[in-house]
Amino acid sequence: MVAKILVLVGTKKGVFIAESDMSRQTWNLRGPYCETWPINHAIGDPASGTIYAGGGNEWFGPAVWRSTDLGKTWTHSSEGLTYREGEEPIKAVWSIAPGHGQLYAGVQPAGLFCSDDHGDTWTHLDGLQNHPTRKDWMPGGAGLILHSLVPDPADVNRIWVGISSAGVFYTEDGGETWEPRNRGTRADFMPEGQNYPEFGQCVHCVVMAPDSSDRLYQQNHCGMYRSDNGGQTWESIEDGLPSSFGFPAAAHPRDPNTLFLLPLNGDSKGRFVPDAKAAVWRTRDGGSTWKDMREGLPQENAYFGVLRQAMSTDRLDPAGVYFGTSGGTLFASRDEGDSWEPIAEHLPTISSVETMVIDE
Amino acid sequence: MDDQAPGQGHNSGRHASNEIVVRLPGVLVDLFPGAPRRLEMNAATVQDMVNELNRRWPGMRDRICDSSPAIRKHMNVFIDGERVKLGAPIPAGSEVFVLTAISGG
Repeated sequence: MVAKILVLVGTKKGVFIAESDMSRQTWNLRGPYCETWPINHAIGDPASGTIYAGGGNEWFGPAVWRSTDLGKTWTHSSEGLTYREGEEPIKAVWSIAPGHGQLYAGVQPAGLFCSDDHGDTWTHLDGLQNHPTRKDWMPGGAGLILHSLVPDPADVNRIWVGISSAGVFYTEDGGETWEPRNRGTRADFMPEGQNYPEFGQCVHCVVMAPDSSDRLYQQNHCGMYRSDNGGQTWESIEDGLPSSFGFPAAAHPRDPNTLFLLPLNGDSKGRFVPDAKAAVWRTRDGGSTWKDMREGLPQENAYFGVLRQAMSTDRLDPAGVYFGTSGGTLFASRDEGDSWEPIAEHLPTISSVETMVIDE
Repeated sequence: MDDQAPGQGHNSGRHASNEIVVRLPGVLVDLFPGAPRRLEMNAATVQDMVNELNRRWPGMRDRICDSSPAIRKHMNVFIDGERVKLGAPIPAGSEVFVLTAISGG
């Protein structure tokens, strides 16, 4: 029995939490938390009920914040969240993911850290930094960031990460060795004839489909893709979408063929929703066909974008879908995207949206 | 470590010491419940001062310094009106100001 659902919202100025009961009819907003630090990603660990928030403050540097009482009180740590002396210091935490009792953090400049004490202390998994391609990684618009962090729920040793703009990398030995997994994804910004490199693609978001460790979806700077073999090869699924450009992708909690996207109008046209009309696009068949869903979303003068970690689903049935805009509005659907309503407005720029369902 | 400060402090009648006063910014102490805005300690260098702050409030070093190691880009430490680096000596009796620089948006 579901007692409550939390929507965890990371923003440029702290974490906010929208809370409702299982009806998802009315929402209460609280925050800002984390001393209004810029937060790139706030998540809930369903195994423990703990909330984690990662970010970086211009004064005080990177940290992971933690709340064990659903947001009422917070602590923070960056113990061990550091590169060696003389290397470029870590600027911010960009992504957090729990997996098999561990907590992972992706940071800027791109690297992966692991904690086995719930974020009190961190250890650098330096295999990624030691990859022979590392010297050739180029930063994307937001910097050289490790944003997508996908531990395999079925295998503790398998992790996929997305780095802008080095591409997707994969380990099957717990982070000691890594290989690029970008075959089939384009790099339109490379010279003609060099558009399918081994690495260097501008991946924007990688998510795993439910019930299959091998199906991944990827929104890229240059296209939308699906892989059915853990990223060894990627297939374009952008036909039927209004644009090949966007940031977030959100998987359905139970159906591996359902995915939610929020395409933007391209990388050089303001990165707004196309035609200033907001729509979430849904596939029910693994990306073969797409349907735009607009009911309740603004259909004129909508000049906002949605960032890479700012869309998510919940695990209720029917699934809820949520996204947060660059203009600080949090939209929610309780019918798998068919209809929408704003559940919070006038927030700071929203960086991330995640959900946590609390059972009685 | 503090007792290893070079020389005898000018007001030292008991043992080798380098007593200083440290002033911390409000937004920093807000991150460490119980930390005061003004405190006294023995420290011969800015590095010693940061280490002692970190001993009293674990994690405070990471908020003031990065891993270069250096004082963070948007943090400032002033002694007698001068902005100093991590290795700077602190004259006994000094008042050391840790300040946040103009930053953000």
